[in-house]
Order: sequence, then C-alpha cells, then structure tokens
Amino acid sequence: MSVKEHSGDYFIPDPSPWPIIGMVSLLTTLFGGALAMNGISIGKFIVGAGLLLFFFLLYGWFRDVIKENLSDCYNKQVDTSFRMGMFWFIASEVFFFLSFFGALFYIRNIALPWLGGEGYLGATNEILYTGFENVWPTHGPGQLGGDFQAMGPWGIPAINTLILLSSGATITWAHWGLKIDNQKQLVWGLVATVVLGLLFVILQAYEYGHAYAELNLTLESGAYGSTFYMLTGFHGFHVTMGAIMLMAILGRSMKTHFSAHNHFAFEAVAWYWHFVDVVWLGLFVFVYWL
Amino acid sequence: MSTTTLTHDEAHHHEAPKGWRRWLFSTNHKDIGTLYLLFALIMLFLGGASAMLIRMELFQPGIQFLDPDLYNNLVTNHALIMIFGAVMPAAAGLANWMIPMMIGAPDMALPRMNNLSFWVLPAAATMLILSFVVPFFPGGGTQINTGWTIYPPLSVQVGMSMDFLIFAIHLLGISSVLASINIIVTLLNMRAPGMTLMTMPMFCWTWLVTAFLLILVVPVLAGGVTMLLFDRHFGTSFFDAAGGGDPVLFQHLFWFFGHPEVYILLLPSIGVLSHVIPAFSRKPLFGYKSMVGAMLAVATIGMVVWAHHQYTIGMSLGAVTYFMIGTILISIPVGLMVFNFIATMWRGSMTFETPMLFAVGIVLMFTFGGLSGVMLAVVPADMQYHDSMFVVAHFHYVLMPGAVFGLFAGVFYWLPKWTGHMYDEKLGKIFFWTNVIGFNITFFPQHFLGLAGMPRRIVDYNMMFTEFNVVSSIGAMIFGLSHLLLLYIVIKTIRGGKKAESRAWEGAKGLEWELDSPPAFHTWTVAPQIK
Amino acid sequence: MHNNHTNEAYGFESKPLSKPRKHDRFPYLQTCLKGGLLTTSMLTTGEAMAEYGLNFPEPAAGVAREIYGIHMMTMTIATVLLVIVFAFVFYSLFYHRKSRGYEADQEFHNSWFGNWSWVIVPALVLGVDLTIAGKADAVLKRVWDVPKEENIMDVKVTGHQWWWEFDYLDHDIKVESRFVPKDKSGDLYLREVDNRLVLPTGVKIRFLHTSADVLHAFWVPELAVKKDAIPGYVTETWAELDREGVFRGQCAEICGTWHSRMPIVVESVSPERFAAWTEDQKAIKVAAAAEASADKEWSMDDLLAKGKGLYETKCAACHQVNGMGLPPAFPPLNGSALTTGAIADHLDIVIKGKEGTAMQPWGTLNDLEIAAIVTYERNSWDNKTGDVVQPADVKQAR
Ligand code: HEA
Ligand code: HEA
Ligand code: HEC
Ligand code: CUA
Ligand SMILES: [Cu+2]
Repeated sequence: MSVKEHSGDYFIPDPSPWPIIGMVSLLTTLFGGALAMNGISIGKFIVGAGLLLFFFLLYGWFRDVIKENLSDCYNKQVDTSFRMGMFWFIASEVFFFLSFFGALFYIRNIALPWLGGEGYLGATNEILYTGFENVWPTHGPGQLGGDFQAMGPWGIPAINTLILLSSGATITWAHWGLKIDNQKQLVWGLVATVVLGLLFVILQAYEYGHAYAELNLTLESGAYGSTFYMLTGFHGFHVTMGAIMLMAILGRSMKTHFSAHNHFAFEAVAWYWHFVDVVWLGLFVFVYWL
Repeated sequence: MSTTTLTHDEAHHHEAPKGWRRWLFSTNHKDIGTLYLLFALIMLFLGGASAMLIRMELFQPGIQFLDPDLYNNLVTNHALIMIFGAVMPAAAGLANWMIPMMIGAPDMALPRMNNLSFWVLPAAATMLILSFVVPFFPGGGTQINTGWTIYPPLSVQVGMSMDFLIFAIHLLGISSVLASINIIVTLLNMRAPGMTLMTMPMFCWTWLVTAFLLILVVPVLAGGVTMLLFDRHFGTSFFDAAGGGDPVLFQHLFWFFGHPEVYILLLPSIGVLSHVIPAFSRKPLFGYKSMVGAMLAVATIGMVVWAHHQYTIGMSLGAVTYFMIGTILISIPVGLMVFNFIATMWRGSMTFETPMLFAVGIVLMFTFGGLSGVMLAVVPADMQYHDSMFVVAHFHYVLMPGAVFGLFAGVFYWLPKWTGHMYDEKLGKIFFWTNVIGFNITFFPQHFLGLAGMPRRIVDYNMMFTEFNVVSSIGAMIFGLSHLLLLYIVIKTIRGGKKAESRAWEGAKGLEWELDSPPAFHTWTVAPQIK
Repeated sequence: MHNNHTNEAYGFESKPLSKPRKHDRFPYLQTCLKGGLLTTSMLTTGEAMAEYGLNFPEPAAGVAREIYGIHMMTMTIATVLLVIVFAFVFYSLFYHRKSRGYEADQEFHNSWFGNWSWVIVPALVLGVDLTIAGKADAVLKRVWDVPKEENIMDVKVTGHQWWWEFDYLDHDIKVESRFVPKDKSGDLYLREVDNRLVLPTGVKIRFLHTSADVLHAFWVPELAVKKDAIPGYVTETWAELDREGVFRGQCAEICGTWHSRMPIVVESVSPERFAAWTEDQKAIKVAAAAEASADKEWSMDDLLAKGKGLYETKCAACHQVNGMGLPPAFPPLNGSALTTGAIADHLDIVIKGKEGTAMQPWGTLNDLEIAAIVTYERNSWDNKTGDVVQPADVKQAR
C-alpha cells in the first residue's frame, strides 16, 4: 500500500444528512422504548416510527456508499480505513459479549458457591438459605419462575453448531469464488450461507418455543434462565443482523458489484459472520454443554 | 486502483459549505471538532450548574431547598454530564481538530461516521435531561437517587427515569465507540509518509491508547446496563440473589468500565501537557519513549484493578490483596509521567503564558490527587475512606486538574490556531488564578470532612460538619463564577484580537503550526513529507 | 411504647462532637473564618488535628488502631512525596525561566540521566510502593481474619430503608434503631438514634451484615471497618472494643431517599453493664409480648395513642407525619383507597408489604402494634373511618 501516492486523493465525502437522521432515529426509538417498557402504549408506535427511520437511514447511507464505491471514489487507503474500522467494530462487539459471558462465569463460579455455603461468604447460606445447594442449572434460592428443565446440548444446539460451522465454510467458498472472479460460485456460496443462517434462526426460534412451552424455561427462571436467554438471545439477534447483511451482499453480488480486487463490503460481512460463528462456539461450550 | 475522485468532492474546492448544512451535515474534522467543543462547553455549564446547586444545598446543615431524591438526582446527573458530556466530548473535540493537522492527514479516516459519533451525543444528552425531568410529570416515576454508579437493587426501584438514563448510557457508548474507531483508524492509516508510530506527536499517542481503552471497556458497560434493564422489566435475575444472581456483579461490570474510564479522562490531558510543557520550556519532551511505555502500562494495569472501588463488598483476602497491590503499582507509570513533565521543565527556558500556568498547576495538583488515590488504594485504610467525602476530594483533585484543566490548557494553547486570534493574556491569567484558587478552596476541605466521618451523597448533615462545608461552598461559588470568565475570553477571541501567526508560540513544534492560523477549511490535501 | 426504653439508663453523657456553634450576628462570617483558619492551620501544624476532628476520631478497637496507623503512614509518605515534587517544580520554576535569562539545555534528555531515568524512577517508586503494600498487607490480614472461635459474640446487622436492625444472635435480642428528628436530637441531629447498638468491651464481636432491601453500609469510624450490607448475601467483619464510650457513624452506601438519615450509634459498655442490659431487654420483650397476646379489647383512644408513636417512628419516614407521603415515591396514606377501604386489604399490605417497592412486610411487628398502627392510619388526618382494629383481627389476617 502506498500512502504517499494517494493521500492527496483520500476521499472526503460531501456533507451528508444521514448522521443527523441517525441521531433522530436512535433518539425516537429509545425514547419510545422507554415509554413502552413502562406501559405507556404510545411508546410502541414511537419505537416503530424510530425503527422505520432507522432502516431508511441504513438504506440511504449504504446507497451513498455503494454509489461512491461504484464511481471509483475509494482508493486503496480508503479501503484500508474501512477494513480497520470494521475490525475494531467487531472487537468492540467481542467485549459486549464478554460482559454476558463474564456475568455467567461470575454467577457460576462466585455468586452461587457463596449462596450454597462454600468459600469465603459461607455465612450467607447458614443464615439466609439453609438447605440451598449450589448446583447448576439453578433458579436460585428463591426458586424464581418455578421448576424448569435445562436445555441439553445434544439436540437442536448441536445441529445449530453444525449449521453455523458449515455456513462459515460456504461463505469462505464464496470468497474463493470471488477471488477468482467466479460469479457463479460466489452467488451460490452466498445463497447457501443465507439459507443456513435462516435455518439457524428458525431452529433457534423453535427451541425457544419449546423451552417456554414444555420446559418452563423462561427469562424468569433465575440465573440460569437469565444467562441462557441473554446470551443466546443477543447471539440470535446478531445472527439475524448478519443474515440481513448477507442478503444485501447477495443482492449486490448478483448485480456484479464486486470484483476480485474490490470487495470490502463482502469481506466485512464475512468477518462479521465468522465472529458470530465463534461466539456461538463459546455459547455451545459454556451455556449448553458445561 | 484508481486516483479519480468525484467532481463534487469537497476536498477539491477549498471553501466551506454555507449555512446550516455546514454544521448539521458536516464531514469536516474542524467543524465537527468545533461542534464537539461547543457541546462540551454547554455541558460543562449544565454540569457545573448542578454542582452549584449541590454546593448551595450543602452550604449549611439541614435541607435547604432540594428534596433528597432531587439532590441525589442532581449528583447523578452532575457526574454523568461532566464525565460523558463535558470531559470526553471536549477531549474528542481536541482530537478531531488536532489529530489530522498533527499527522498531516486531509481529514479523519471516516468523515461521515465522525459526524454520526458527534450527533449521537446531543441525543444522549436529551435522554439524560429527560431522565431528570420526567419525574416532574404525572406518571413519570421517581427521581434517580442512585448516584452515577446506578447500583442495583436501588436502581431497580427507580421508576421510568432510570430507563431513560440507561438508554442515554447506550447512546453515549455508541458515540464513544464510533469516535474511537475513527481515531484509531486515522492514526494507524492516515499518518503522513515518514511519520512512524514512534515519531508521532504525543497527543496522538495518548488518544490512540484512550481509544483502545474505550473500545474495550465501553461495551462492557453497555452490557451491564442492558442486564439492568432486563432485571427491571423482563424478570431476569442477574443482580438478584433470590434467583442466584448477585447485586455485586453489576459493580464488577460497572467498574471494569469505570476504572479504565478515569484513565480515559486523564490521558488526553496528559497528551496536551506533553505539547504545552515542551513548548513553553523551549526544549523537547523529556522521555518520549518512556512516556509511551508508561501510558501503555497505565492502560494495561488500569484494566485489571477495577475492584478497588469495591473493597467493602466482602471480597476474599486474596482478591483484595491482588487489587490493592495492582492499584498501588499504577503509581509507577503515572509517577514516570509526572517525572517526565518535571524533567521537561528542568533546565528549560520557561515562560508562563496561560497554558503553561495550567500545566504547572496540573503537575502539582494532580500529583496531590494521585497521592490521595494511593492512600485510597490501601485496603484497610479504604475501609475508612470509602464512600466518604474524602473520596469526593480525591476524585475532584484528579478529575479537575487531571482532565478539565488539561483541556483548558489545550484550549488556550490552540485557540490562536483555531480562531486566528491571540486570546487576552491578562484575562487568561486572571482566569487561571481565580480558577485554581477557587478549586482548592472547594475541594481541599472535603478531605477533612471525609476523615471526620461525613459520608458522600447525603443531602443533610450534622452540624459538626458545618465549617468545612461552608468553606467548600464558598470556594465553589468562586470557582463556578470564574468559568464565566472563560466563556468571555473564548467569545472575545473568536470575535477578534491580535492576529495570531501560524506558529503562535515561540517554542511550539509540530505540523499543526506550519498551517495558517486559522487553517484553511481543508488542510494537508497533499500529505507533507516527513524527513 | 416498648421500643423507646432505650439504653439511656446506661447511657453516657452524649457530648456533642464539636462545640455548638454560637449564634450571633454574623454566624457565617464566623464559620467561614473558623473553617479557613482550620484549613490553614491543618497545613501548618499537625496539632490542630486531634482537637477539631481534622483526622479520624480516636479508634476504639485494636484493628481500628492499626488502620489508623496505616493511614498516618501513607499520609506521611504522601506528604513527603508531595513536598519533593513541589520542591523540584518550584526550584525549576524559579531558576529555569526565560526572564532570568536561562537558556534551555537542549541535550538534557540525551544525558546519562535522560537515558536511564526510565529505570531509576520506576525503581524508586516501586520501593515506596512495596513499603506501603507490605505494611498494608499485614494490617489487611488482621482485618480480614474474622475470628471463628466459639465464645465470640455474633451480631447480625440488617440494613433497611432507612433504619438498622441489630440481632444479638446469642442473646435472642433484637434492636431496631432509627434516626431521631431534629426537635428531639438537637445538636446530635443525624447522629442520634432511638435505640443504640450496645456492645461489651473486651469481647470479640463478629458482625454479620445483610440487607432487607438495597445496599447499605455499616460505618462507625471508631470501629473502623466499613462493610456493605448486600441484600441476599452476608458479609462479615469483626471488632474488639477496648474502651467505653459512645461512637457515632452513618450509613455509607447510598440507599435512596433518606440515606442521610441512617445514623448508627454504638454504645460501648463494660461486660457487667452489658449483662444487665441484656436482662432488661429480655424483660421488656416478655412484657410486650404479654401485653399484645392478651386477648384484650382495646379502646380506640389507647390504640390511637400507641399507633401515633409507632407510626411516627416506623412509617413516617416514607409516608410522612402528616400522612401525605412524598409522591411519586411514597404514596399518601391520607385519603388513600387502602386506608379508607376494606380493613382486610389495609392489613394485608402492612403485613405482607409490596414486593419490588420500598414498602416492606411489617409482619414482624406484633398483633397489637399492627392493630394500633392500622387503627391510627384509619382515623387520622382526613381519614375518618371510625374503624377500630383489634389485635385479634390482625392475628386472623396473618
Ligand atoms: C481522572 C480521574 C482519576 C484518576 C487519574 C485517578 C487515579 C487514581 N485513583 Fe481514583 N477515582 C476517580 C478518578 C480518578 N482516579 C473517581 C472518579 C473515583 C470515584 C468514583 C466513584 O466512586 O464515584 C475514584 C476513586 C478511587 C478509589 C476508590 C475509593 C473508594 O470509593 O473507596 C481508589 C482506590 O483505590 C482510587 C485510587 C486511585 C489511584 C491509585 C490512582 C492512581 O492512578 C494515581 C497515580 C498518581 C500518583 C501516585 C501521583 C504521581 C506519582 C508520583 C509522584 C510518584 C510517587 C508516588 C508513589 C510512590 C505513591 N480512586
Ligand atoms: C469531570 C468530572 C467532574 C467535574 C468537572 C466536577 C466538577 C465539580 N463537582 Fe463533582 N462529581 C463528579 C465529577 C465531576 N465534578 C463525580 C463523578 C461525582 C460523584 C457522583 C456520585 O456520587 O454519584 C461528583 C460529585 C460531586 C459532589 C459530591 C456530592 C455528594 O456526594 O453528595 C460535589 C459536592 O461538592 C461536587 C462538586 C463539584 C463542583 C463544585 C464542581 C465544579 O468544578 C464545577 C465548576 C463548573 C461550573 C460551576 C460551571 C461553569 C459556570 C457556571 C454554570 C456559571 C454559573 C456559576 C454560578 C451560579 C456560581 N461533585
Ligand atoms: C421505606 C419506606 C416505607 C416505609 C417505612 C413504610 N412504607 Fe408503606 N409504602 C411504601 C411504598 C413505596 C408504598 C407504595 C407501594 C406501591 O407501589 O403500591 C407504600 C404503600 C403503603 C400502603 C398502601 C397505600 C396505597 O394507597 O397504595 C399502606 C397502607 C402503607 N404503605 C402502610 C405503611 C405502614 C403502616 C407502615 C409502617 C408500619 C409503612 N407503610 C411504612 C413505603 C414505605
Ligand atoms: Cu442506608 Cu445509606
Ligand atoms: Cu479506579
């Protein structure tokens, strides 16, 4: 990469309305959300309006970016900026998930032993919860949410693991296709990835339904329910976002927006997809299995 | 790879867009920097106004005019507004203005996103202010009486306003993370040819480290408050022992963010000092490399000592010992920084313009605050200090000199560059002296209050604490009013004054001083070649 | 009212902690001058400390003394370091300034010292750090070493919004400790309680801290060890008092509206007096139980008189003496649907509380007390139901 030759041509976009629209949409959504959560019914509509505006913003912003890209505004240095930006964005996401994993580890290795009378704060059990034992899964000494069954790893979760892992493979296969300008391989690789991604989301939704209907495993099921749904839920949300991004990329691939040398958007989505994949492996091991 | 650019690319006609679009839709780092600084100034006054109400309430024993929940809500908002609204945006404003100019880049690496990270801030401020005002409306729930640490279960008791606060924190987090990404990418990818990481200006280094810290810790806070939101509304029990959770878990998540946050506030100011002190000592920064090393050490150790805010929660002996020793060790890199500043002044040829006055003041007063920090770090002693006014004194001594005064120094130092005018030196000096004297009168006596047994966050106190509170409140008025002078000086400088040369200060070094004062709308469209 | 017997019989003269302020024509000028003088005198002499509470109050327990020692040590080290930093800075400010014609030494950072300072300075600082850490570690071990012997005394300390409950686990005594309003506590306002925590000297006492609602923290400076009260968890500290006296502290963790109104008063007495006190407490308890359980019909006036006292100590913190509450946090009881509607619902919320709010269950009160409070609430302010609730009704409602 040669910064020297190109820094003079570093692309500085025109003034753009999107950021401020972004602000308005975020503000509206969250304002409505706060109202809705407190039972003020108009809140839902405000959230809806905010989200609509948000999608409009995403559409508009990315449309501009695509336009600029297609009219060759971006030199190599700009491309590097985008890549680094995406990389650090994913890094921040990793730490977001780390907070939930941290909560899981803390509860299992520190909080529950105390409640169960082990370790340093043993008096807790003696005085407040005689008879409560530290076993996992648990819904705590208060037995919140009533009796429930935990989600075993070897049913749907194992299948989902396979699905996500193979989707990682298909997207890599698509990438190889792209690198040798094999349009067909690219498109079919992406189609396969999207299908696998959607399948994952559907199975996950089914699993939730099963958990609520048959296992009585709910958000209210104490520490187990909380961590289970929080981790899998946020992950599922990320998969959904990833799947939408994949579809966008698929559309662009079909319009032959990408070339062997210029396909930052594709790679960004692929990285994101791999990130989601790795998080799932963590989930599988720590939430379902151990 | 192509070298063509769009014909409407702004970089090619060198004047500013006109009218409101220039500000609302901006993709120019200087304009966005100005917006950041303006926003920070407004927030400083807002946060300061709440501080003044706090101090007026504490002026004498008894409840004067604030009901207890309102008092605690003011404390909460004061802290959040000052930290997230004033200090961090001001530092980001300096970064926006100076980093591209310092490294010879045409702009920030991702200019549109730059604008987004600014505009999320007013949205966050709106949510914060809403969290303050909704309780005044029927059905709005209770005031946020938790302090800025929003520990559950108290924060679960609070009404709707807490949800606004949580969302405000989410927005602030989004803004910080986006801004940090931008700064990292700019610093790594946009330096002029020939400028290596180890030759880039120290201010850039401090921001590079700050941005990394932000990316690593802000998402954890976001996760923590998200769990809080779920505990409040969706029946989870992360922080509820009945379900197997633990209120203390939230404290860990908060301080995993919170402690690195204090270095996030500190480091940009250290960066400013690393320019101001050499400039007015007329000799290069002492120990560039050790400065970089110290900073990395502060960031690393700073990430793993968070629980020194929680010594009283009943951690095991092993845990407190670890956190104590880790915390005390931070004095090594910070001490090295202080040492480097002193060594830069040593055998220099010093003059004392306003930025330098602030710099010297910072070195002295920050050291004072840092030393009381080391006292706090000692676990058994912190069993006394914790949650008393002694802690309040400590952190204002590090926050004001360590963060705010550093930003003031930066503003005075670069104001001639930004506006093209010299500020009024005499007024600047008056500002410095009233400010510093007011500051010390306000916060010095609070150490004694804490030792004598006055807890923090109380609206009403026994008369044995009267004397020092009176002194502190009077100091706060002097201190507060002195900021009006700052406002006046800044406005006056924008509107006119002695023309500033491109190198406004005799000893100033660096690329930014090669540019005109004020610089053109687009600078370094052709990268300078560093030898 | 049984709960107001207090410990005054054994109480020490409660002397104000600072001299009462003279009220003359310029009170503030005076306090300011005094405060200013104190601040300066603190800077110049160490003498003023003891007298004016510029430092911790004199410890009353072994561990507290050690903590005091480590505090003085770190403070001294900090002062010395500060003086060194000031000395270097001011020397340089004075001699190395342009106006004195001093030329900058451009090679200073390349000197021998410049090249090695990054090792020398950290090494020195590390030395000081280790000194501090080493000393601190020794004290820390003592503080954390909660005794486990059999003959120690266990006191369970429960924080409530906004009062303290002390359970003497070995004596089957429970003390409820609440702040005393200004008209009764005078100069000790916010430092005085109705029932003190009475503790014997010379006995190892283990405190077991917990909370009924939100976080609180138990802090009495003379006992030194502050500890958080965490709902759902029990944390431990210990102390062995070595002198008699009255020691005052406050809740040190924000716990909502009246965080400022959770004083703690420890009364340290000789073991003999402590024994006498425990006997008394038991007698009081027996008498109260007998009174309440007697299936006596109470007259409205008796209940109202009892109820007023109880209401004002237990309920008025939130619902206010005038029954108007502090909306939206605390609902008014005056004219509320529950206090003027069905008696059963009224009893229900008082006995069971309301989960997720500051309204806690009051079922630990005896039947008579609840009957008195409820009767009082139904016939005070604008509430004129005329209902008389008897202890028997309460028993049934439980
Ligand atoms: C800019 C902000 C900032 C900075 C830089 C610091 C710096 C430090 N802080 Fe502070 N701190 C806060 C902001 C900050 N703090 C805030 C906001 C709180 C309260 C939050 C709340 O509860 O609301 C707090 C609270 C706080 C506590 C918790 C107290 C309690 O609640 O009980 C502790 C305990 O360890 C602590 C320690 C330290 C230490 C050891 C440093 C060190 O980094 C200091 C290092 C500096 C020096 C030591 C001086 C210079 C060095 C030398 C001259 C060399 C020689 C020195 C030695 C040999 C010792 N701080
Ligand atoms: C960067 C952060 C920052 C800054 C700059 C400040 C600045 C100030 N702070 Fe604060 N403060 C915190 C961060 C900060 N603080 C935090 C984190 C807490 C803990 C919160 C908690 O417990 O949860 C806290 C808590 C806190 C308390 C303790 C409250 C309590 O525990 O009960 C007090 C009390 O004195 C206080 C005072 C002040 C004062 C007088 C200023 C002054 O420096 C402000 C000066 C500035 C101005 C005044 C603004 C400009 C001028 C005007 C508006 C003109 C009008 C002037 C007049 C009317 C006189 N702050
Ligand atoms: C720590 C604060 C606090 C204390 C002390 C307290 N209450 Fe309450 N009380 C509340 C709160 C908060 C509510 C509102 C609960 C809700 O949201 O429905 C409440 C509600 C009530 C109600 C129902 C009012 C209505 O109209 O909904 C009654 C009756 C009541 N309390 C009686 C009492 C009595 C009797 C006592 C003393 C023995 C007492 N309270 C002490 C906080 C308190
Ligand atoms: Cu209890 Cu503060
Ligand atoms: Cu810290």
